[in-house]
Amino acid sequence: MNTTLKEGINWVGYIDWTVRDFHGYKTESGSTYNAYLIQDEKCAVIDAVKGSFVEKLIERIKSHTALENINYVVCNHAEPDHSGGLPGLMAACPNAELVCNEKCKVALEKHFDTSEWKWYIVEDGDTISLGTRTLSFINTPMVHWPESMFTYVPEEKLLFSMDAFGQHYASAFRFDDEEPLDVIIQEAKAYYANIVMLYGRPISQTMARAAELEIEMIAPSHGVIWRSHIKDVFEAYQKWVICKPTPKVIVLYATMWKATEQMAEAILEGAQEFAVEAQFINVDTTHMTRVATEVLDCAAIAIGSPTLNNGIMPSLAGVLCYLRGLRPTNKKGFAFGSYGWSRRGGATEVNSVMEDMKIELIQEPLRAQYVPTPELLEECREAGRDLGRYAQGFSGE
Amino acid sequence: MKKYICDVCGWIYDPEIGDPDSGIAPGTAFEDIPDDWECPECGVGKEDFSLIEE
Repeated sequence: MNTTLKEGINWVGYIDWTVRDFHGYKTESGSTYNAYLIQDEKCAVIDAVKGSFVEKLIERIKSHTALENINYVVCNHAEPDHSGGLPGLMAACPNAELVCNEKCKVALEKHFDTSEWKWYIVEDGDTISLGTRTLSFINTPMVHWPESMFTYVPEEKLLFSMDAFGQHYASAFRFDDEEPLDVIIQEAKAYYANIVMLYGRPISQTMARAAELEIEMIAPSHGVIWRSHIKDVFEAYQKWVICKPTPKVIVLYATMWKATEQMAEAILEGAQEFAVEAQFINVDTTHMTRVATEVLDCAAIAIGSPTLNNGIMPSLAGVLCYLRGLRPTNKKGFAFGSYGWSRRGGATEVNSVMEDMKIELIQEPLRAQYVPTPELLEECREAGRDLGRYAQGFSGE
Repeated sequence: MKKYICDVCGWIYDPEIGDPDSGIAPGTAFEDIPDDWECPECGVGKEDFSLIEE
C-alpha cells in the first residue's frame, strides 16, 4: 500500500473496514482514521486514531522511525475518533510535546488524564519549524468543533484539513486518484451532509482562507487524500456550504395503513411530470444517513406522516429531529398526511417542524381523513407538480 | 452600542450589522435579541455570549 504523501511524509493511520455505526451515521463503507508522520530534523505526528487502534498507529510510526524521535504530536481536533489514541501515543513517545490550541487543551483535559503531557500551545498563525519544513496553524472554529484547526506545511503545499474534505470510506487506497472520482465525491457529500451541514457558514469562511494558500495536497482525517481532484472537491464544497439547490424533489414520509403512502405516490407522480430527479423515501426503509445526504442539495421537499396518538410516526420524528439539527437551507416544500379524527399531530405537526426548519412552505398541509379520495389525490398530484416546476428551474445551474 | 462575543466559537455580534440572516435587523442591541436566537456560526444561545469591553 502506498502511504507516502511526499518524501518523508507518510500516512500512519488505521483503516476501520468493519465500522458501520459512527454515532448514528451509518458508515456502509467503513472509515479510516488518518494520522500522518512528518520526518524532518524534528519529527511530528499529525493527529491520532480512535483509542482502540492506537497500537496499530504506534506500529506504523515505528516502521518509519523510533518513537524517541517524535518531537511533536499535533492535535487538530479533540473528538475521540482522532484524539482517543493520544494517551497511548503520548505515553509511548517520551520526547513528544502535544501541540494544540488553548481550546483544544481544555477539551483534551476533560477527556483524558493529561497530567504527564508536555504542552506546546499554539495560536492562529503560529508556526513550528521542523528543520526544512514548517508547521503552520490555522484555527477553524466549528469545522468541526470549537477547537478545530488546520495544520499547513507551506514548503510542501500540503494542508492537513482534519474533518473538512473527509469521507467515511475504508478502502485499500489512500489517494483520490486511486479511486473512482464519483464514488469519493459521493462519500465526501454524505460526510458533509451528516457531520457538518449545519456549519456551512464557518466552513465557507474557512474555505476562503484556504483559497489563499498554495495547495497541492489536502490530507483530511478520514478517507482518501486529495491530490488530483482538489478542484473537484473544492467546487463541490462551494455548492454544499450553501445547500445549493439542484433540480431534485424529495417525497419523504412514514405510513400506517398506506393512506399517507398513497398521497406520497401522487405527489411523486406530479413531480415526475417535470425534468427533475424525483425521489421517494420511506423513512422506515431508508436510513437517516441517506436521507440527510439526499436532502442536502434538493430544491423541494414534501414531508408526510399520518396522525398517530395525536402526534406523528416516531420513525419520522427521529429523522426530522436529525434533519432539523443539521439545518439544511434553501428549500421549499409542504407537509401532508392522513388522519382519523384528530387534526393535531400528522400533517399539522410536520408543518410546524418544517416551519422551525425554515423550509419555505408553499401551501397549507394536505390532509386526508382515513383514506385519500380521488379528488384529494389529484390535489396531491397538483402540489407535486408545483414542487417539480419549482425544482426544474434549477436545471443547468 | 455594545458588541458581544460567542464564548464557544468566537463569532462577534456587532449591533450595527445585526444578524439579518436570522431576522435580526441592523441596529438591534444584543439585549433586544429574542431569547430563542442562536449564534449563526455554532448554534449556542445568548447565554453563551460575553460583553466585549471596549
